[in-house]
Amino acid sequence: MAQSVHGVGGLKFDASKRVWPNELNVLAALIIIVVIFEVLGALVMGQSFLFDSQGRFSSIFNEQRLYIIVLQVSIVGIIAIGVTQVIISGGIDLSSGSIVGATAMIAMSFAQVAEVNGQPNPKGMFLEQGWVDLPVTVPVLVGLSCGLAAGLINGLLIAYTRIPPFIATLGMMVTARGIAKWWSKGQPISFPTESYATIGNGLNGWMPVVIFVGLAILFQLILKFTVYGKHTYAIGSNEDAARMSGIKVARHKVLVYTIAGMLAALAALVLSSKNLTAQAGMGVMYELDAIAMAVIGGVSLSGGRGSVVGTVIGALIFGVIISGFTFLRLDAYYQEMVKGAIIVGAVVLDQWRQRYQAQRA
Amino acid sequence: MSDIILETRGLTKHYGGVHALEDADFSLRKGEHVAIMGDNGAGKSTFVRQITGVEQPTRGEIVFDGAPVNFAGPIEAREAGIETVFQTLALADDLDVPDNLFLGREKTLFNLGPFSILDYRGMREATLAGLQKTAVKIPNLRNTIRNMSGGQRQCVAIARTATFHSKLTIMDEPTAALGVQETAQVENIIRNLKEQGEPLILVSHNMRQVFDLVDRIVVFRRGRIVANLNKNETDGQDVVAYITGAKTGIEYQSAA
Repeated sequence: MAQSVHGVGGLKFDASKRVWPNELNVLAALIIIVVIFEVLGALVMGQSFLFDSQGRFSSIFNEQRLYIIVLQVSIVGIIAIGVTQVIISGGIDLSSGSIVGATAMIAMSFAQVAEVNGQPNPKGMFLEQGWVDLPVTVPVLVGLSCGLAAGLINGLLIAYTRIPPFIATLGMMVTARGIAKWWSKGQPISFPTESYATIGNGLNGWMPVVIFVGLAILFQLILKFTVYGKHTYAIGSNEDAARMSGIKVARHKVLVYTIAGMLAALAALVLSSKNLTAQAGMGVMYELDAIAMAVIGGVSLSGGRGSVVGTVIGALIFGVIISGFTFLRLDAYYQEMVKGAIIVGAVVLDQWRQRYQAQRA
Repeated sequence: MSDIILETRGLTKHYGGVHALEDADFSLRKGEHVAIMGDNGAGKSTFVRQITGVEQPTRGEIVFDGAPVNFAGPIEAREAGIETVFQTLALADDLDVPDNLFLGREKTLFNLGPFSILDYRGMREATLAGLQKTAVKIPNLRNTIRNMSGGQRQCVAIARTATFHSKLTIMDEPTAALGVQETAQVENIIRNLKEQGEPLILVSHNMRQVFDLVDRIVVFRRGRIVANLNKNETDGQDVVAYITGAKTGIEYQSAA
C-alpha cells in the first residue's frame, strides 16, 4: 500500500509494525475484571456489580458503587499522577505517603476553628498565637509549600548529589514521617474550618473526584503537548542522549520531583479535609499504592513509557478490585493478597509485551 | 581563506600522562569530504571530541567558519553548526522520529517556559524536509526508535544533522554496527550530502567505504597526524602503510 514517495534504500512501510497503544490493553484488563465481578455477582450474590439490579437508583447503574469506586482511588490517584511523571523520567518516589502525613498535620493546624461547642478547640495547635479561623488560603498555601519543599529537596538530592532516587526518596519518606509525628507529639489535629472542609467534601462529596480528574486531564495534556513532557520522556528513555541533546537534565529532574511533592501535598489537603482530622499515620503505604496504580496502568519502571491516562485506568482497576471484594463479602485480607499478585502480574505482562514487540521489530 | 570551514592548529589533548593527541594541524574546505583513518587508539575519536566540544583541548586552537572557537560543550558546538553522529547513538528509544530530531530544541507554539506548547506539525514538516534532503527513507515517522532496525536508527541520527542546516557534519564510524544493505543506505546519504556541497568528516575503518566516499584521507598514528592524502594519488596499500607506521608523510616526518 503506502509506498513512500521519497528516498532511496530498501525500507518499506510496514503496517504490522505500528504500535497498539498500551492504554487500550489496560482498559481491556479493566473491562475483563469488571466482567469477572459481574459474573461472580450473578452466580454468588444473585445481584449485579455495577448495574442497578434492585431498582434502587434512578439510572441503570448502581450509582452508589460507582461513586465509591472512584472516590476511594481519587486521593491516592492524585499522588499517582505525580508518581507517574517521576517514573516516566526514570526515577521513583517513595516519599509521597509520608509527605501526605506531614503535610496533613501541618496544613490542618492552620485550618482549625477557635471554638468547638462554645469551648476553646481542644485540639488547637496555635490557640495561643491566635492562628485560628484563618481563611482557607492559609492552610492550602502552607500545605502546598510543605510539598514543594519536600519535593524540591528530593529533586536537588537526586539531580546534584547523583544518589539513586530510591535512596533519596527513602530518606525523605522516613524524615517526613518523623516530622508528621513530631509536629503535634503524636496527637491528632482536628476541627477544621468549614471552608477547609469543603476541599474534601464539597460538591456533595464529589470534590476529591473532580480534583483528581481535573489534574489527570491537565497532566495528560502537559506530558503530551509541552516541552516539559517531551523532556520527561526523553530523560527516562535515554538520559545520556537527553544530556547530549542539550536538555538541562538536572534542572528538569528537580522540577519533576517538586511537582510530585506538590501533588502529594494536595492529596494531603483533600484527605485531611475529607476526614476532618489529621493524624501522623495518614498516608502510610500510599506511595506504594500510587506506584502500583502507575505500574498497572502500563507505566514502565525502566522509564520512558506510560501515560497519565494509563495510570487513571490503573487506579480504576484498583478501585474496582477493592469494591468487588467488598461486594463479594470477602475479607480485606484477601484484597491485599490479590493486590500484590496484580502488581507483579502487571509488570510480568508488560515485560512479555516489550519482548514480543522487540522480536517483531 | 574564506574557503576553509574548519581549521585546527597545534590541537593537543593530554589525559594525565597520556598524550592522546599531539599538535594536530588539520583543515577542511567547504564542500569537502575528508576521512580520518588510523588504528585503535590513534587519536581519531579524541580529535573528534575536541572539535565537537565534548572535551576541551589541552592546547591549540580551532577556527570554525572564519572565527576562533572555544566550545564549552557539545551544545555550543551544535549551535555553531557542527552536527555529530556519535558511535553511540544519542537517540531516545521511546520517542518517535520528529521528537528525536528536535530533542532539546523543540519548535513551540507558545512560549511558557518549560511548559511551552509543542508545535508537532511544524516539527513533522521540518522532519520530512530534512529526510528528503538526505534522501533518508523512514517507513513511519510516528514509530518509536525502539521499534527500528540499526540502519533506520543510524539514518535518523544522520537526518538530524541535515534538518538543522549544519555547516559541518561529523560521523564517527556510522556503519560500524550495520548490515550490508543498511551500510549501503547510509553511504547513499553521505553521497547525497556531497552532492549538496555539505562538508563532512568521516571517521571510518572501512577502506572500501573511504575510497568510495571521500576526497581526502587524513591518517592518525599514536596521537599525531602522519599523512594527508588525496584520494586519487593513493591506494589502499599505501594508506595501510601509513596507518601501521611503515610510512610517514614527508611534511610530518619531523613530528613522528
